[in-house]
Amino acid sequence: MAHSYTPGLTVTEHTTVRRRRMLSLPGTVLVTTGEEVRANQAVARAELPGKVYPLNLANQLGVAPDEIHEYLIKKAGDPVRKDEVLAENKPLIKWLKTEVRSPITGVVESASTVTGQVLLREPPRVLELLGYVDGRIVEVIPQQGVVVETDCSLVQGIFGIGGETGGEIVIAVTSPDEALTPRHLTADMKAKVVVGGSFISSDALARAKEVGVACVVIGGIHDKDLRALLGYDLGVAITGTEQVGFTLILTEGFGSIPMAGKTFALLSAHAGQQASISGATQIRAGVIRPEIIIPKQAGAAGDHGIAAMPQREGIRIGDQVRIIRDPLFGKIGEVASLPADLQKIPTESEVRVMEVRFADGTKAVIPRTNIELIEGA
Amino acid sequence: MSVPNPAPIKPVVSHPLNVIVATDCGSTTTKAILIEKVGDAYRQTYRGEAPTTVEAPFEDVTRGVLNAIAEIEELSGRKILDGDQIITPCRDAKTGVDIYISTSSAGGGLQMMVTGVVQNMTGESAQRAALGAGAIVIDVLASNDGRLPHEKIERIRTMRPDMILMSGGTDGGAVTHVVEMAEYISAAEPRPRFGATYKLPLIYAGNKDAQPQVKKILGEKAALVLTDNIRPVLERENLAPARNKIHDLFLEHVMQQAPGYKKLIEMAGAPIMPTPAAVGVIMETIAKREHLNLIGVDIGGATTDVFSVFEGLFNRTVSANLGMSYSISNVLAEAGLANIMRWVPFSIDEQTLRNRIKNKMVRPTTIPQTLDELQIEHAIAREALRLALIHHKSLATALKGIQQERTISDVFEQQQSGKTLIDMLKLDLIVGSGGILSHAPRRVQSMLMMVDAYEPLGVTRLSVDSIFMMPHLGVLSTIDEKAATDVFVRDCMVYLGTCVAPIGQGKNGERCADYVITFPDGRVDKGQLAFGDLRLIPLAGDQKASIAIQPVKQVNLGAGAGVSITREVQGGVVGLMLDGRGRPLQLPTDHAARVAALTKWYSAVGLYPTAS
Repeated sequence: MAHSYTPGLTVTEHTTVRRRRMLSLPGTVLVTTGEEVRANQAVARAELPGKVYPLNLANQLGVAPDEIHEYLIKKAGDPVRKDEVLAENKPLIKWLKTEVRSPITGVVESASTVTGQVLLREPPRVLELLGYVDGRIVEVIPQQGVVVETDCSLVQGIFGIGGETGGEIVIAVTSPDEALTPRHLTADMKAKVVVGGSFISSDALARAKEVGVACVVIGGIHDKDLRALLGYDLGVAITGTEQVGFTLILTEGFGSIPMAGKTFALLSAHAGQQASISGATQIRAGVIRPEIIIPKQAGAAGDHGIAAMPQREGIRIGDQVRIIRDPLFGKIGEVASLPADLQKIPTESEVRVMEVRFADGTKAVIPRTNIELIEGA
Repeated sequence: MSVPNPAPIKPVVSHPLNVIVATDCGSTTTKAILIEKVGDAYRQTYRGEAPTTVEAPFEDVTRGVLNAIAEIEELSGRKILDGDQIITPCRDAKTGVDIYISTSSAGGGLQMMVTGVVQNMTGESAQRAALGAGAIVIDVLASNDGRLPHEKIERIRTMRPDMILMSGGTDGGAVTHVVEMAEYISAAEPRPRFGATYKLPLIYAGNKDAQPQVKKILGEKAALVLTDNIRPVLERENLAPARNKIHDLFLEHVMQQAPGYKKLIEMAGAPIMPTPAAVGVIMETIAKREHLNLIGVDIGGATTDVFSVFEGLFNRTVSANLGMSYSISNVLAEAGLANIMRWVPFSIDEQTLRNRIKNKMVRPTTIPQTLDELQIEHAIAREALRLALIHHKSLATALKGIQQERTISDVFEQQQSGKTLIDMLKLDLIVGSGGILSHAPRRVQSMLMMVDAYEPLGVTRLSVDSIFMMPHLGVLSTIDEKAATDVFVRDCMVYLGTCVAPIGQGKNGERCADYVITFPDGRVDKGQLAFGDLRLIPLAGDQKASIAIQPVKQVNLGAGAGVSITREVQGGVVGLMLDGRGRPLQLPTDHAARVAALTKWYSAVGLYPTAS
């Protein structure tokens, strides 16, 4: 393949990211291009139409569907309060009178003479869309949303659960290969982004929830602990809406895997700063990875000219890579050679390979699809 | 009842087609093949692939197409591209192609929501219509689906389908329920997945008497298309008009909204087909040409499609979350760990296995590097294939809810209407496709995966798609049947061999059947198949042998218990597989005994290097 390499996860001290913030339905944009915004500031607002409640009037009144208009007290478009009479019949004997009351407060949306149904709609709910990151508005999409740009440090995780959050970064362990245990999680970590090392156990997950941390960033987790945390076995990696009490981001994968030294060092260097976090992961074409965005503080040094990550054309000798499949899963090394010809591996498949040299000088032949570039180097 | 797949309108091609480039834009990879006329026959000559570019940062599917074609250019030395244009027709022996064609399942394929009145009647008919047109059905709403009206409305609101197909009611019947469903859809104001500003395509294929009301309720809110009822009377399905409309709207609306597809449509010399629809065309063509009952499977990273043609009736299902990379963890969730572990011929602790599967899910492009890992993936594939077939059997059924004429002999059978059409004993051919089957290091691995997952009964032939080119050939067959057939026979279809599997159970080592095989050179092989035996007898692809089998009295080979059969069997790259493991296939429950049995079987057929 001409471009056979796995784009890796970005871990970089300085980049500029743009995040498209879109309403799920048309509404009003509250900011203008060029405006500075805060992560927790509403940038757009929409009214989500209320829930619809169908009510079969014809059945309840015991009349034909095409007769319901004769019994309706409220007409389409009329406001209605909960328990207010919507329709009633007019029997000769008062005792036989039937009244149909509204189950909700809202408006009468429509009344059908075919089905005998009345549709009632609850009042709209206001949806506010937050800025998500501290930055500036670079584009306004009328009625739909905005694009926010920020100069920042960026760490992408491999997998996460839970939605957008934010908080102050706090480093809970002393090294990237230290596991995060309950004793590391103290009460003052409430609403903070807690960075652990290689692994978080189920009791530490429970403790994190008890403390009320905003996010845990960790090298790995056992699948069985994730299952216990979610309450079900995750089938496909499409996440972001889970509500387990905090957002969880794995930087390496499943199992006990030391956090990459570069990731740990970068997060440690920003301890005490505010970060914007998203656990949303979509492993499909157009992959979405969880992220930790640490906006540059005003006056901080840095190159502000970078608008986007440069597009890599391929892998080169000397590039830092991470092996992402057993038997050497998690090991980091550098590309020693890139043989052009296909090679037979122990499974008997003939594949494109590369030779990877590790820090101790040893080398291993790995299928090219089983490595990940460490990007943003 | 199901009907043949509708083929798109044939484009007019004025020049002869000697060089063809075809792509399939998959959800992750765009695969291109070059087909050239060599002498009198068409052959697939080169192949290239590149990542699909539907999503950001590219958001233009044609980038991936051009990259994949560029790879073919590099390999073949033929100049095909002029900037970002495909040179058509051929200018000389080394420049241009005569036509470019494509299929697509990028961006998640065609995602549809269907509605009916009665779930297992019009609801199922609508589902079959959508699936047959190549769609993924994300939900089936019906008046009797057990959900409260407001729950239905919420569901319509939260899903963002590419298209909705409404059915319900027989012509001339009551209109109330179908109008009610139209009211729910109208109240939900559904929005399409792509493009915020265009109206959602909605096909109404229900009771024709309700058309005016449906038009009144939904005419303004959706891009409404009215077509013939898919269930005009209870006893008959009429799926073709709805399927044709789905194809038209897919091209006219959905594709136009997906990034870069406008350009792709202009580049292509024939209508773009949804990938599963193209594969369906091929499966149906094979079945018709050879008068076969067949099951075809395409196991991908995210989904598994199953196709079947029984007695000329075509059916397709898609198991949206059964696959070998993106959905691998869902196979574990649905099948359960024990079902996967039963195929693994060694011990591995649960935690390690679970973590490995999740790591494949988050890094879906990785491949097994060790033999253990390969065996685990093959174990998972068996379960994905098995579950997808169960799903298919439940939907590929005779029509439900109709009156059946019964003869006196049927009285004691108590057969319900809606019986599955899949009869494994009448199955002639299994066709496998998709990475794990097409790219298995040994072909016998593909064969045994399918045999273990499907448990064919009696005598069944098996084959695989050599390098995954059925979608390309499906769309090609709509413009040049000879070219498609040539390539299909010579380069695409790899016949693995034939499996002979007696039905019945017995103690390991006890006699199951006696057989006599007469080879084309006159050689005769007489033997006894014992219960628990798996035997592989070499028989080349171009060879046919005659096999006479006399089963023991409790064993059936299709003609009845203890009744002998004589059949002509076709060879293949693997050969003739005699499967005495019994049907239904039961693996020992004891761990050590199971590992021993698997090791024996895998070794007997030379499944893996260490076992060979």
